[in-house]
Amino acid sequence: MAKKSIKLSSTSKNNIVTYAILAAIFIFVEVWTATGNISSLFKGLLVPLCTYAILAVSLNLVVGILGDLSLGHAGFMCVGAYTGAFFSVLFKNSEGPEWLRFVIALLLGGIVAGIFGLLIAIPVLRLKGDYLAIVTLAFGEIIKNIVNLLYVGVDSKGLHISLTNSANLNLEPDGRMIIKGALGITGTPNDSNFVVGFILLVITVIVSLNLINSRTGRAVMSIRDNRIAAQSIGINIAKYKLIIFTISAFFAGIAGVLYAHNINSLTATTKNFGYNMSIMILVFVVLGGIGSTRGSFIAAMILTALPEMLRSVGDYRMLIYALLLIIMMIANNNEKIRSFEKRISLKKLIKTKKENRGGNV
Amino acid sequence: MALLEVKNLGIVFGGLHAVEDFNLSLEKGSLYGLIGPNGAGKTTVFNMLTGVYKPTTGTFSLDGKKLTGKSPVEISKAGIARTFQNIRLFKNLSAIDNVKLGLHNQMKYSTFEAIFRLPRYFTTEKKMNEKAMELLKVFALDDEWDTLADNLPYGKQRKLEIARALATNPKLLLLDEPAAGMNPSETQDLMDTIRFVRDKFDMTILLIEHDMKLVSGICEEVTVLNFGTELAKGKTSDVLNNPEVITAYLGD
Ligand SMILES: Nc1ncnc2c1ncn2[C@@H]1O[C@H](COP(=O)(O)OP(=O)(O)OP(=O)(O)O)[C@@H](O)[C@H]1O
Ligand SMILES: [Mg+2]
Repeated sequence: MAKKSIKLSSTSKNNIVTYAILAAIFIFVEVWTATGNISSLFKGLLVPLCTYAILAVSLNLVVGILGDLSLGHAGFMCVGAYTGAFFSVLFKNSEGPEWLRFVIALLLGGIVAGIFGLLIAIPVLRLKGDYLAIVTLAFGEIIKNIVNLLYVGVDSKGLHISLTNSANLNLEPDGRMIIKGALGITGTPNDSNFVVGFILLVITVIVSLNLINSRTGRAVMSIRDNRIAAQSIGINIAKYKLIIFTISAFFAGIAGVLYAHNINSLTATTKNFGYNMSIMILVFVVLGGIGSTRGSFIAAMILTALPEMLRSVGDYRMLIYALLLIIMMIANNNEKIRSFEKRISLKKLIKTKKENRGGNV
Repeated sequence: MALLEVKNLGIVFGGLHAVEDFNLSLEKGSLYGLIGPNGAGKTTVFNMLTGVYKPTTGTFSLDGKKLTGKSPVEISKAGIARTFQNIRLFKNLSAIDNVKLGLHNQMKYSTFEAIFRLPRYFTTEKKMNEKAMELLKVFALDDEWDTLADNLPYGKQRKLEIARALATNPKLLLLDEPAAGMNPSETQDLMDTIRFVRDKFDMTILLIEHDMKLVSGICEEVTVLNFGTELAKGKTSDVLNNPEVITAYLGD
């Protein structure tokens, strides 16, 4: 019985491939940039690429792993963006290293968004399917609208907050406005860049995969697969829903901070923080194959970069874009193709198993 | 004192008395059958004993601890585990992950330890893997440890469900039609396994079954339910020869 004790499950193998793909993407972009072949338009897309990838991977936790439909992911991104940008502008001229300020902004944005995730999850614990989708959609819209009414200024007396107009802030002459209602936040330091964004994406993927392949992740997936059976073996459904909503919102918040530090003026519109964005993130997750961490970020990256890549074909751009959407959807969600992929990997699995066992069978 | 004590348990669904005045006293280590025609209320009894339904009347307790009105999670923690008539596995998870979920409350580490892959994650996962493989072996499922539950053949899915239930380390195991859909040789094999589980884990088992060969083969005693009420109760061979029971099954 000298059977090899190291047996890799198919999930562990899958994860190794995921990390390899991430490494390949990073090297590709770095080489592309270093050789100077990258267009300035593409350069401008690098941070958004990471932002959307993080958003997709984090939404996949709720939609793919927990199996709940959430349409408010952009709301958490918005909370993170405003929190992070607010902090950075507030401490823009203070002493201390810039990287530290950015790290704190990232953490703060993530944590505040995470708290919002938790607060949203508590009342919706009992909701499922369409109802949950509607409530999360409303949450996203409410956040966006509130932020548009928010005025915050600072002076020697401290912070002043108003939900009506800037005059109500009663700032001292030396004070300055930080959040200016519909005009948002201007002058956020440009701390984001591709390397930082990519590191954050890698962290998001690591946390996601570590979570999925653990006691917690299994419990969450058991709720998705069969609620009644999950309860029958003693899984506390409420607890795991709260955990996953919080973590998912945390990373959406981080993506928001990354986004906010890549642009000069931050405003909340339907396009960036409204349901349009929430649905776009959902499209990434669905097209990447629901539940697949790897699929989520690959789909986000391809679909973000694609319009740029297709610029040369001019008017046919939207046609090709639409075709690719359809192909991705079929490829990632089709039973036959999926089982075909599985068969291929199964063959490899059997091969390696035999090799592992050597002559001891 | 008996392990499971059920007194006057009953439930009404919008006027329908699905189960009425159900009484049962199970000694530790017994293998007990619950039989009756379709719609007699057998599964409903299981649903009450596992907290899926709240009984309208009566009480039940395990090891002297009153469990009436408790949630499924609390009841699972108290030591009652079950399988389902229409298999409820975690389809998209591997066989071993299904069993490891059964171990969820036996072997623990926190979400924090999972995310940061702290030492307790590795030590606990190792223990979980070993224990889960051990259980899979009992049901001859160890070769399929990495197969998705959904891709297992029917008979093996039923066995995997029992393995998952056993992983919760229960005092009482409820099996709802474990042999449904199995061919005679699979059923024979299952009977041996159930007996083995009882002996090896010193388990108390209450099972619902339509296959009389299985019931008379392994159950020492049975209760017959008909239209929600107890029709007969006692030693299996006596009960199965009771004319009233035969009429209930065959109809007048
Ligand atoms: N949730 C419910 N709401 C209303 N009626 C129910 C409910 N659950 C069960 N019943 C009814 O209670 C009765 C008993 O059902 P139960 O499933 O317990 O039967 P059973 O003995 O398990 O039958 P079978 O052998 O077919 O599985 C049936 O008439 C059923 O329709
Ligand atoms: Mg039944």
